[in-house]
Amino acid sequence: MNLNLVYHFGNFILWQKQIYKRPENNRMYYKETIRQMYDIGVGSLPIVFLISIFIGAVTSVQFYYQMSGTMIPMYYIGYIVRDMTIIELAPTITCLVLAGKVGSNMAAELGGMRQKEHIDAMEIMGVNTSAYLIMPKVIAALLMIPVLVCASALIGILGAYLASVPTGLFTSADFIKGVRSFFVPYNVFMMLVKAFVFAYILTSVSCYQGYFVKGGSIELGEASTRAVVYSNILILLADYVIALVLTA
Amino acid sequence: MIRAENIFKRFGQQEVLKGITTTFEAGKTNLVIGKSGSGKTVLLKVLVGLFKPEKGRVLFGDTDMVTADKDTMRRLRMEVGMLFQGNALFDSMTIEENVRFPLDMFTHQTLKEKTDRVNYCLERVSLEGVNKKFPSEISGGMQKRVGIARAIVLNPKYLFCDEPNSGLDPKTSITIDDLISGITKDNNITTVINTHDMNSVMEIGENIILLEKGELAWQGHKNEVLHDHNKIMHDFIFASPFLQKLIDQVQHKI
Repeated sequence: MNLNLVYHFGNFILWQKQIYKRPENNRMYYKETIRQMYDIGVGSLPIVFLISIFIGAVTSVQFYYQMSGTMIPMYYIGYIVRDMTIIELAPTITCLVLAGKVGSNMAAELGGMRQKEHIDAMEIMGVNTSAYLIMPKVIAALLMIPVLVCASALIGILGAYLASVPTGLFTSADFIKGVRSFFVPYNVFMMLVKAFVFAYILTSVSCYQGYFVKGGSIELGEASTRAVVYSNILILLADYVIALVLTA
Repeated sequence: MIRAENIFKRFGQQEVLKGITTTFEAGKTNLVIGKSGSGKTVLLKVLVGLFKPEKGRVLFGDTDMVTADKDTMRRLRMEVGMLFQGNALFDSMTIEENVRFPLDMFTHQTLKEKTDRVNYCLERVSLEGVNKKFPSEISGGMQKRVGIARAIVLNPKYLFCDEPNSGLDPKTSITIDDLISGITKDNNITTVINTHDMNSVMEIGENIILLEKGELAWQGHKNEVLHDHNKIMHDFIFASPFLQKLIDQVQHKI
């Protein structure tokens, strides 16, 4: 089991060298990157919107429940919701969800291509399949996932507003005052660092699982599951490490 | 010309190829035949460089595919076309895009030049008016022909076909065989075909290589099949009861 882990880790590292090679044809890579950007960005917007709005809503309601009746001013809820969303909830929850949606999709797509001999066909044509099939996905994810995370943060704050102000938990003035208080731009930097790192983890791990799949449809299903599980574990681990490093 | 020298390939404890040495000649249809599990597909994949043998050399002219670095291998592969058993056509692309893919990737031709070349290749395999269709919208035989068109679009020196007739009716199989044979002759290509189809053996087998349990059991021309008394070859080629009856009747009349 441990040897297997070491083997896959080594194979994954060696594989990275194949991915970032000079493209055979820049235009083909560009076209593929745009296609992937559309799939990842536009394709994931509805789920990101839905999750973010509920995250914001639940956070504000829960904090109201915990803070009502205390000496803490109500406008602090806006401040806490904003920082929690920016620092933790938007990048982490969004990327965990995207690992399920985008990651499993990539693993299944590449695994299907491997099983239908599409990858072999490209290899025989002389295409560097590691580069052509993976690099555009990674670049597209690195460009689009931070945008989705930013959108998630904004939508989350909007969700918090919609769940608390119209329902009379606290006033609009309180919420807006909280959202505008104690703003630290460094937190946005932290959010973007997390978004980039998580984007890289979820695409490269998922692509690895799909690209090297062996066997039939059962193995493809397992690879797709592994893509999500391993991405999630590594995202949570990276989240902890980033929190330690950037807040030290 | 391709020369395989002393090829050994194993998967775990199972030795699949045991010292295969043979030559695949240019301008001829070289057929690799043998029972299921005899090592045909593995040999084909070793030849095209998808599997690395434990021992031996695969010479494309003077270049050894086994020891070639990745760049040399990629250059060499641009001279190779391959037709897969399952066709390996890209489902999300139209027929035209499938055939054009190698041109898009490796040439700097204009769209018109590429389209002309694609149309020429599709005409060569007798397929017209399907450019805008997707692979799922055409028949299995047509998919094979698209696979051949894609394999020859870059004017390859070497053409590999893995079971080109599998899943096709006898008449379509003959059409595919004639097509491959014609392309081989017209362009002086070294063609290696992996097949189970005895019609192909007797029709286009100019250099037949019979594998048995990973070893070279027999090699010769289709004309030698009827006169040679190699038992393994006879048992394989005349395994069908129909053929056996036919031979018995012919011999009885003689």
